[in-house]
Amino acid sequence: MPSFVILEKCDGCKALDKTACQYICPNDLLVLNKETEKAYNRDPSMCWECYNCVKICPTQAVEVRGYADFVPLGPAVTPLRSTDRIIWTVKFRNGTLKRFNFPIRTTEEGKAVPDGGWSTGTEDLKSPVLFTEPDSAGLPEIPTLK
Amino acid sequence: MANFETKEVSTDLLIVGGGMAATGAAVEAAYWAEKNGLKVTLVDKAALDRSGAVAMGLSAINQYVGLRDGENTLKDYVDYVRNDLMGITREDLVASIARHVDSSVHLFEKWGLPIWKDEDGKYVHEGRWQLMINGESYKVILAEAAKNALGMDNIYERVFITEPLMDGDKCVGAVGFSVRDNIFYVFKAKAVVVAMGGAVHVFKPRSSGEGLGRAWYPPWNSGSSAYFTIKSGCEMTCQEVRFIPVRFKDAYGPVGAWFLLFKSRATTGTDENYMLTRRDELENWLPYGKVKPVPANLRNWLMMLEVMEGKGPIYMRTEEAIANIADKFKDDPKAFKKKMKELESEAWEDFLDMTISQAILWAGMNVAPEESKSEIAAAEPYFIGSHSGASGAWVSGPEDLQTGETRDEYFWGYAHMATVPGIFCAGDASGASSHKFSSGSHAEGRICAKAAIAYIVDNPGEPNVDPAVVEDLKATILKPLDLFEQHKDYSSDPDIHPEYIVPKMFMFRLQKIMDEYAGGVSSQFKTSKPLLERGMHLLTFLKEDSEKLAARDLHELMRCWENIHRMWQAEAHIRTILFREETRWPGYYFRADTPKMSKDWEVFANCIWHKDTGEWEMLKRPIYHIHDKL
Ligand SMILES: Cc1cc2nc3c(=O)[nH]c(=O)nc-3n(C[C@H](O)[C@H](O)[C@H](O)COP(=O)(O)OP(=O)(O)OC[C@H]3O[C@@H](n4cnc5c(N)ncnc54)[C@H](O)[C@@H]3O)c2cc1C
Ligand code: SF4
Ligand code: SF4
Repeated sequence: MPSFVILEKCDGCKALDKTACQYICPNDLLVLNKETEKAYNRDPSMCWECYNCVKICPTQAVEVRGYADFVPLGPAVTPLRSTDRIIWTVKFRNGTLKRFNFPIRTTEEGKAVPDGGWSTGTEDLKSPVLFTEPDSAGLPEIPTLK
Repeated sequence: MANFETKEVSTDLLIVGGGMAATGAAVEAAYWAEKNGLKVTLVDKAALDRSGAVAMGLSAINQYVGLRDGENTLKDYVDYVRNDLMGITREDLVASIARHVDSSVHLFEKWGLPIWKDEDGKYVHEGRWQLMINGESYKVILAEAAKNALGMDNIYERVFITEPLMDGDKCVGAVGFSVRDNIFYVFKAKAVVVAMGGAVHVFKPRSSGEGLGRAWYPPWNSGSSAYFTIKSGCEMTCQEVRFIPVRFKDAYGPVGAWFLLFKSRATTGTDENYMLTRRDELENWLPYGKVKPVPANLRNWLMMLEVMEGKGPIYMRTEEAIANIADKFKDDPKAFKKKMKELESEAWEDFLDMTISQAILWAGMNVAPEESKSEIAAAEPYFIGSHSGASGAWVSGPEDLQTGETRDEYFWGYAHMATVPGIFCAGDASGASSHKFSSGSHAEGRICAKAAIAYIVDNPGEPNVDPAVVEDLKATILKPLDLFEQHKDYSSDPDIHPEYIVPKMFMFRLQKIMDEYAGGVSSQFKTSKPLLERGMHLLTFLKEDSEKLAARDLHELMRCWENIHRMWQAEAHIRTILFREETRWPGYYFRADTPKMSKDWEVFANCIWHKDTGEWEMLKRPIYHIHDKL
């Protein structure tokens, strides 16, 4: 059962108009059971273990149990993602623990400016020079056949 | 018919897909559209933040040419790609992407993607063309730039694009349905950028239970680009050039860092380094057998020869690679400890950024890479024209990269436009221009978007679509829901019914055909004319049965259409392997009846599905070089 929802922890994203895990799953797997108000993975065998549902759940209710058809029981890989870093805890079957901490972005969330501060060197729609070029390429001009 | 509201959206440029290529297209299109008073709309089947092959993140940018610092030239890149693809490459397209890719990478950095830098402020390379990144949020960051450029009002998420919308021979949009509400969408546009990725689960995966979804390629890309372009009548190219990655076995964790950064070897169960002991085999694939680096498919092939002789398991010698590194530090234990800590973190980040399953598998098997080697294996075949495969639509190159010789064959007006007017293809959707990866796909999306805006300015006429055609499309697309409703009360098990087939079983049948007849894992990637003809025969029944797909809800309706898209990708593949009477990429597939590479086949094998007759036409296109003019 790749991703699964811990029933006790899931509150059905009560405060939001749509559940976070259902919003994010690229494969449309997580759904809310309207009766129990708990989410579940409707087809674990189509799960990529991409962890997007795990990372987004506000109550840490989603976990991943490695594919049982080739992963021995026991390991746990758990992320904690903030706006600029991610911390991973990797627990081995034999209990060994490892922790890793990586940056995930260098700018403030939401602030990606499309032109990156560069200007566009041409107004000509037929030229191969693209938006922000040649500035953003760091070149005096876009190369072509000699 | 199921009760669905029809929503019509009129726009100028429609971008279908929301991955690397589409987010590049969005940023570029927004700029030129504003200047020309045009509207741009993007449609993705998932949430833009986490859709496509980069949904989980990546740990490397695989295409960076380094033109700014004179690290490489365009010619270097073209030579590399042509050699890796055994000569079958559109050099004008590869050069077109390579001259813009660095600019995409520089934009990523400005947008907030952490790219590793050395003490001198230079990018840290994994290999000659690859940059190391902290890429957990790679897709989130690119999506953000796309959203900021287009505005959320112009982005439709959770809409599955099913079919192209045609005005005679021109493409004027697309239709699809929401996977959240009962809405049938009709997007009318003057041009369309197709960027819906490649295809997986066309072939049977190695894993069969819970692990079915753990293909190397993400299960949500199901051949929609190929379907869209084939069905609209586009000429397709390299439909035989599937990709088989060799990765850590079962969880498919990346091996790039181990081979390139840590200089690890791979050996057989009896410690043989097959890249050395099987070196003579490379002579059979000249001139490509002698190029450096050895083409990906030939590296695969040497390993497959071992496996076919029963000489597995094949191991990545992580313990040896780390010991070699340690050896360099034998006089400085403190520096060694520091280096090891660094390497450990790099090795795990490589998994955690893009294949978390591999981290779970290593933790589950208590793998300490400094102590024990790890198994690697060839995965099942995938269609990913942006990576080391080449399948996709046949598109025009840019005018300024043509020579007198190429101009007649490779150029018809707008950069990266398919042979059907109004369709532009990027990333996995365009063919014969491999090795674009995440960054090059983004760059190609940008090229397409600018060219598409130019096309719209030149061809401002409003789309003309017969409402009856739209109604027909709607009925066809919703039919699986009707079929289920009509029959569901008959059987004790809604999955088992004589009148219909559910999408998952349909997918299993397709996978079985492809696996056994078109050279999947269980046939050791081998096939032949009689096998392919038999496969085609069985596929014909499947095509008939595709009319009997049934869906109980919107999610299953999407699954039905995903599998129809896969089926068309499969047919184009079988027909093209049959057409090319040679073996050119032995480590991708081996045609046992034509086991050698032939000079006569140093051409592109293309195909067109003619929508008026339903017939496939197979054709050869010549290979011309531009590399000595770059
Ligand atoms: C496992 C793996 C590892 C990789 N590692 C690297 C790496 O380290 N470095 C690197 O540079 N590249 C890497 N790549 C390659 C890179 O991911 C691809 O080259 C790139 O994503 C291709 O871009 P694309 O836009 O064509 O497709 P994608 O990015 O896959 O985007 C496809 C989009 O289409 C949407 N879509 C699909 N079907 C439909 C439909 N019917 N209707 C609407 N929308 C649809 C999807 O939701 C998605 O938004 C890797 C790829 C894989 C699979
Ligand atoms: S995101 Fe978490 S809390 Fe919200 S519905 Fe999903 S599992 Fe439950
Ligand atoms: S791990 Fe990924 S594919 Fe699996 S349910 Fe979560 S979001 Fe979906």
